[in-house]
Amino acid sequence: MSSRAEIAVSGPPFAFTEENLAEAERHIAKYPDGRQASALLPLLHLAQRQNAGFLTLQALDYIAAFLQMAPIRVYEVATFYTMFKLHPMGRHHVEVCTNVPCWLRGSDDILAACRQKLGIGPGETTADGMFTVSEAECLGACVNAPMMQIGDDYYEDLTPETTVAIIEALARGETPKPGSQSGRRGAEPAGGLTSLTSMPGEPAEAGKSGGEA
Amino acid sequence: MPRLTIDGQEVEVPAGLTLLQACESVGIEIPRFCYHERLAIAGNCRMCLVGMQGSPKPIASCAMPAADGMVVQTNTPKVHAARKGVMEFLLINHPLDCPICDQGGECDLQDQALYYGFDRGRYHENKRAVSEKNFGPLVKTFMTRCIHCTRCIRFAQDVAGVPELGATGRGEDMEVTTYVRKALSSELSGNIIDLCPVGALTSKPYAFVARPWELSKTESIDVMDALGCNIRIDARSSEVLRVLPRVNEDVNEEWISDKTRFSCDGLRRQRLDRPYVREDGKLRPATWNEAFARIDAKLKGVAGERIAAIAGDLVCAESMLLLKRLMEGLGSPNIDCRQDGAALPAGPRSAYLFNSRIAGIDKADALLLIGTNPRLEASVLNARVRKRWRSGELKVALIGPAGELTYEYEHLGEDPRALDALVAGEHAFSQVLRDAERPMLILGQAPLTRPDGAAILAAARRLADETGMILGTRWNGFNILHTAAARVAGLDLGFVPGQGGRDVEGILSGAQAGEIDVVYLLGADEIDTGRLGNAFVVYQGHHGDAGAHRADVILPGAAYTEKDATWVNTEGRVQRGFFACLPPGQAREDWAILRALSEVLGRPLPVTTLADVRALLLEAAPTFGTLDAVVPAAWGEFGEAGAIDAAPLLPAIDNYYLTNAVCRASVTMAKCVATFGDDASMKTGTHG
Repeated sequence: MSSRAEIAVSGPPFAFTEENLAEAERHIAKYPDGRQASALLPLLHLAQRQNAGFLTLQALDYIAAFLQMAPIRVYEVATFYTMFKLHPMGRHHVEVCTNVPCWLRGSDDILAACRQKLGIGPGETTADGMFTVSEAECLGACVNAPMMQIGDDYYEDLTPETTVAIIEALARGETPKPGSQSGRRGAEPAGGLTSLTSMPGEPAEAGKSGGEA
Repeated sequence: MPRLTIDGQEVEVPAGLTLLQACESVGIEIPRFCYHERLAIAGNCRMCLVGMQGSPKPIASCAMPAADGMVVQTNTPKVHAARKGVMEFLLINHPLDCPICDQGGECDLQDQALYYGFDRGRYHENKRAVSEKNFGPLVKTFMTRCIHCTRCIRFAQDVAGVPELGATGRGEDMEVTTYVRKALSSELSGNIIDLCPVGALTSKPYAFVARPWELSKTESIDVMDALGCNIRIDARSSEVLRVLPRVNEDVNEEWISDKTRFSCDGLRRQRLDRPYVREDGKLRPATWNEAFARIDAKLKGVAGERIAAIAGDLVCAESMLLLKRLMEGLGSPNIDCRQDGAALPAGPRSAYLFNSRIAGIDKADALLLIGTNPRLEASVLNARVRKRWRSGELKVALIGPAGELTYEYEHLGEDPRALDALVAGEHAFSQVLRDAERPMLILGQAPLTRPDGAAILAAARRLADETGMILGTRWNGFNILHTAAARVAGLDLGFVPGQGGRDVEGILSGAQAGEIDVVYLLGADEIDTGRLGNAFVVYQGHHGDAGAHRADVILPGAAYTEKDATWVNTEGRVQRGFFACLPPGQAREDWAILRALSEVLGRPLPVTTLADVRALLLEAAPTFGTLDAVVPAAWGEFGEAGAIDAAPLLPAIDNYYLTNAVCRASVTMAKCVATFGDDASMKTGTHG
């Protein structure tokens, strides 16, 4: 993995789109007057979205000026958080969780499937700029392990086959259905419901007094 | 006032102190790296751990306020073990390169490892390596040695006011850097070298030059600006190798500017190490006797009014006094110490002093800067203004060229007539000054050197009176900020034209017109030497600069590090500098040169020792009897009422790094100019 301390790449001049400008102002308005610097994290995030998934030096400087901060204070934050990318990323960022629950459920195979399909390992981007694969720390969907995040969507209950299918769909320009790939709804038990199988009856005596209020 | 027990000792300390300070107040030293009394508290090195009753874990004493009833142990096996643990972690990634590290011998980490270090490491993996950073021509970096105390970051942000340093990355990838690879654009950047507790930031010009124990250390006074910063001169044999700050709360706290610190290599170059006389248009080496005889021959039969003397910016009080006496003996009233032609009177004293004193800034609540950029003219004072401004108690406004000062200010334009408008109450800031409890103004040198300088001085004085800056002996908010270390002493001694005498402008135009035959330049280089016409020029000084180039006789003198001498800073504080090393070759102390010359001229000055000269000083101006303190100056009438020209005010300093002969001879200062541009004032936007 490249060192986080490496300097961000230079790019063309950056400015928020009108839409993002309004969004940025909305974030700033959440904080008291003169504390606009508090909106740094959401603004960096906005800029990263607007700029094909990574932040250029120009974007960082733009945000520093936007929030009236010293540029170095922005650099500090942007280099601290691994979710801010300072180098060009593929159009689809495939983040495979490899923390313990996912690992126990076979995340190694998911990563291997990605490698086999795309020919790249974690931290690398395909030559056509379509995919970047990386290892992610726990994304909080352990119930449906193994899982990966692509863009804003979670893909859960993966097998090497479903993983390849998702990647292929993305490559075709489709949007695969997010969520569990095994067909279960949400985080319900994989083998069907084991409790709450029928509609609840009348509330019990104890529940009544509280229910009235 | 909280009462607490430290190592079984009952102590009562002022409220608001931290535990570390409380321990210090009873003489218990707590090891620390990140804590520094003049910087914000960070609490990130964990070296200052102490034990506290009721706390299961040791606590960082630098970040813990002392409270009533605390029972603190600083010297138990548990505390010792905790500190040892911290030290072991600090040393995990610290290279074992003390033998080739410039910090060796004066390194906090080295010293503390002696007490808390272990004689072998348990860490067998590879140490991390961090690439070097380019902080410009002054600060050398070796970031692998960095222990992330963040002192330099806090200094740049809080004191210097140039937030350009930061810690990027996280965990093992954390690095102290400017990130975008740029030189630190601060006139105070050298101070981070002193602040760095390890060898990560060291002096670039001093790299691999000497070890601290080889140096003889002399406590002295700086002459690069008019603040009279307290310095320590480190010399080996006849070379000044570095200059460090000394603590003086009333003057420089513990900071010095980069010019003060790094121009000392200029003391080794372009030096005048023997007398010279001009023959057939060329200077040739001569003996002292030849040089004196030449002057004597030239002065024979020349009337007093055809002789003149100009004193430069770096000269000491002793030599100015003797030159004045010598000129009096020759019957010349044409003497002037105001090379730049500033319209400052020689009295009353309050007319040319920084009356509020530098420490007074800490109490001021409104400040008007007139034609001055303190960041360039007195960097350390600027840091003080910033400190006060950061407290939120100080409002600042500026008349003059807008510069990048390190605090916010209201710009009242470049037109000096704004002064009249302020007196008349036509500006909103006028009310701010009137409402302030301790308002002050700082008048720079640039406005005073204009043709209407005396009128500006009078207008500033009127403003001080009108807006309640003069509160008897309690507060005087009228301040002149000098740029020349010699100026206040010169004015104190009356080194100004006598009855019917010529000032600098008069001397130069007189020399051009052939009305002045002999001009004695005492270290005067910042005059237009091209206008000296056919006058016979004697130059006494230490550097082959403008004055020496034009001279017919050169008398090699001693620089500020090479003599026991007296300077008076812009507040009127009389301070002694001390001899650190010998002047080169045949150069001599300046008072001795003037004494010897007076003998040859047949008008011997009544002094034989330096003590005699100092007795004369005391006679000439009683203020010289009060060392290291400021004698308050009585308020009086000064300045000449007149019309102020609408022409915009100009900056006083063209290039921060090249203001005097020592700087101009310095390689380091030349490198700064190369880095920050020919016009260093552009860097801070003085012309902007």
